[in-house]
Amino acid sequence: MSLVIKVGLASCGLAAGAGEVYEAILKHTKKNGIDAEIKKTACIGMCFVEPLVEIYEEKKKSITYGDVTPENVGNIIDAFSKGKPLEENVIISNILKGSENKTYKKQKRIVLRNCGIIDPVSIEDYLATDGYKALEKSVKDMSREDIIDEIKNSGLRGRGGAGFPTGLKWEFAYNAQNEKKYIVCNADEGDPGAFMDRSVLEGDPHSVIEGMIIGAYAIGADEGYIYCRAEYPLAIKHLNIAIEQATEKGYLGERIFGTDFNFELHIKEGAGAFVCGEETALMASIEGKRGMPTIRPPFPAQSGLWGKPTNINNVETFANIAWIILNGANEYAKYGTEKSKGTKVFALAGKIKNSGLIEVPMGMPLKDVIYDVGGGMKTERPFKGVQLGGPSGGCLPVELLDTIVDYDSINKTGAIMGSGGMVVMDTASCMVDIAKFFLNFTQNESCGKCTFCRIGTKRMLEILTRISDGKGKMEDIDTLEELSQNIIKGSLCGLGQTAPNPVLTTLKYFRDEYIAHIKDKTCPAGVCTSLLKYEVIEDKCIGCTVCAMKCPVDCISGERKQVHYIDQDACIKCGACYDACKFDAIKKG
Amino acid sequence: MKYKTGIDIAINKFIGKKGALIPLLQNVQDIEGYLSKEVMSYVSEKTGIKLAHIYGVATFYTMFRLKPRGRHIIRVCKGTACHVSDANSIMNEINNQLDLSGEEDTTKDGKFTVMPVACLGCCSLAPVIMIDDSTHGKLTPDSIGKILKRFE
Repeated sequence: MSLVIKVGLASCGLAAGAGEVYEAILKHTKKNGIDAEIKKTACIGMCFVEPLVEIYEEKKKSITYGDVTPENVGNIIDAFSKGKPLEENVIISNILKGSENKTYKKQKRIVLRNCGIIDPVSIEDYLATDGYKALEKSVKDMSREDIIDEIKNSGLRGRGGAGFPTGLKWEFAYNAQNEKKYIVCNADEGDPGAFMDRSVLEGDPHSVIEGMIIGAYAIGADEGYIYCRAEYPLAIKHLNIAIEQATEKGYLGERIFGTDFNFELHIKEGAGAFVCGEETALMASIEGKRGMPTIRPPFPAQSGLWGKPTNINNVETFANIAWIILNGANEYAKYGTEKSKGTKVFALAGKIKNSGLIEVPMGMPLKDVIYDVGGGMKTERPFKGVQLGGPSGGCLPVELLDTIVDYDSINKTGAIMGSGGMVVMDTASCMVDIAKFFLNFTQNESCGKCTFCRIGTKRMLEILTRISDGKGKMEDIDTLEELSQNIIKGSLCGLGQTAPNPVLTTLKYFRDEYIAHIKDKTCPAGVCTSLLKYEVIEDKCIGCTVCAMKCPVDCISGERKQVHYIDQDACIKCGACYDACKFDAIKKG
Repeated sequence: MKYKTGIDIAINKFIGKKGALIPLLQNVQDIEGYLSKEVMSYVSEKTGIKLAHIYGVATFYTMFRLKPRGRHIIRVCKGTACHVSDANSIMNEINNQLDLSGEEDTTKDGKFTVMPVACLGCCSLAPVIMIDDSTHGKLTPDSIGKILKRFE
């Protein structure tokens, strides 16, 4: 029996060297005459151990190896084909003891059902997993109203962040009277720290396309756009291939499944503007204009792209559709909480052990997401906070880890579900610095249309910079809070309305840290450079002179075998001495 | 304008199509390396799109460059995951090695252009940089020199 060898070749795998591993496998099997089918797949979500290689003869007896290199992959294949698989580097296995899949146990994969399993650029692979069956069922056996009802009953809410009920949104577009309607997929995943949409587009582009075609049929659109950010070249490549394949098979184009339904799909590449994730700005960008938001109403469902009724959903939302149509609204609604049904994909990043992509049922406590599914902290330092929802979201402390993952519970904390970025921080992160980081981002990305967003974020950033430089005053905290409220009230779109969230949540949950910066002129986490002080611990210094040699500004003096001294006025606080000292004789504080 | 023929082909491909300005400018920038005043005027003249509109779009989106760029583009990820993994020290080291001050982003020999980007989406490999189309992850300041040397 021949071997099947699958290599994960999504962006993160490629960055970790999966391309070289793939080449090495081809070479090794050819040279040694090993009968193997070598398949490409995308991201299975375990980015922390990329490159990943799965080997099996029968699917039931498979082993997935992680941290594979071009050097060790030959041994892995040889040992497996001899029936004595190596036990090092095993990530998941259903034949070796102790390697059962722990990270998968608590997950429920609907959106990610095919990611990392099928070859994303093979429509045959997608068809083999019931691909385009939901489309066939929709156009042949269901009325447009049936589909909308099914989606409404499933309880699916927009996965882009705001959580508006998808079925209702479709109904608005369906009810709009116009000969021409558009459907748009928002794939402008701009939140730093979020990569769910990239993985889905790279790993299972057909599922998004199928969801879009079903949506187009339901609302009565005959043309659609996928607006994808240009920073995702592989996602765009896979989408182009998938559209071509679907057109060839007749799932796109004219008279789909022999009905009178026609649908044409285009890809639009973004050009680098975070605000284009906002739906009215996104439409302006598709039309070739500056991506600036406009006042709603009119809502896109009445007057959207080129003035025509338009329905916009996010990548993850569309990827749910085919599953719901095939398995039924009730099956979908079994997962989740009363008001947030189904599952949610999260991108785990930061100081977490199992960073990568996960999909969990709504209603799971954050604690379980981070410690059970995510494997807990990567460093020895304790958990400090988790940032949900990117620059529009908030930072939650350890006391709120019992919060369950659903739209309403997370909103109550002051954070938002957002698109699903989850960046975990340990005690080495400074919350004033994090707030400053996000404000810097939103201030840069503000399109400039609304005064409060344009100037208000700038003033807030200046205040935060002042605080982290040790020049803050206690009144600054009040000013930050006041400005925040005004920016929320005075901005037209989601960018401005949510920009103050990182500041408000850190002020709410980590206020002491702000006060330490202002009153004590210290940064407890040791991040804010201006407040740092490096000093030699006299008892520990043996006078090896390494620190003095490393110092870029020559501010460390002292004879060999004598205690050294750092000139505080000349010190630029680069930390080179601290990193260089082998005797822990330099104190950072 | 160095590559007029290429630009003409691009214009002919997109002219008259709805919403074509952004892909057209992306195409032109790929050919020319950046959008010079001359190129933008030429596009305006050929397509009938007002120069002010073209300039407006070119300055709105971060992908468009109005200055010449180096042979290789180094994108330094400044996303959240990279930020908490000390992306700043990576940026400083790159600037150090290439002898760039914060103001200038292109090396004098025209070899590299350095630009910060919001997020490359490879958060689990933070800190990350992307040079042209290749991504490099799990970086430390010490690893930068070796990577830069690979590029000519």
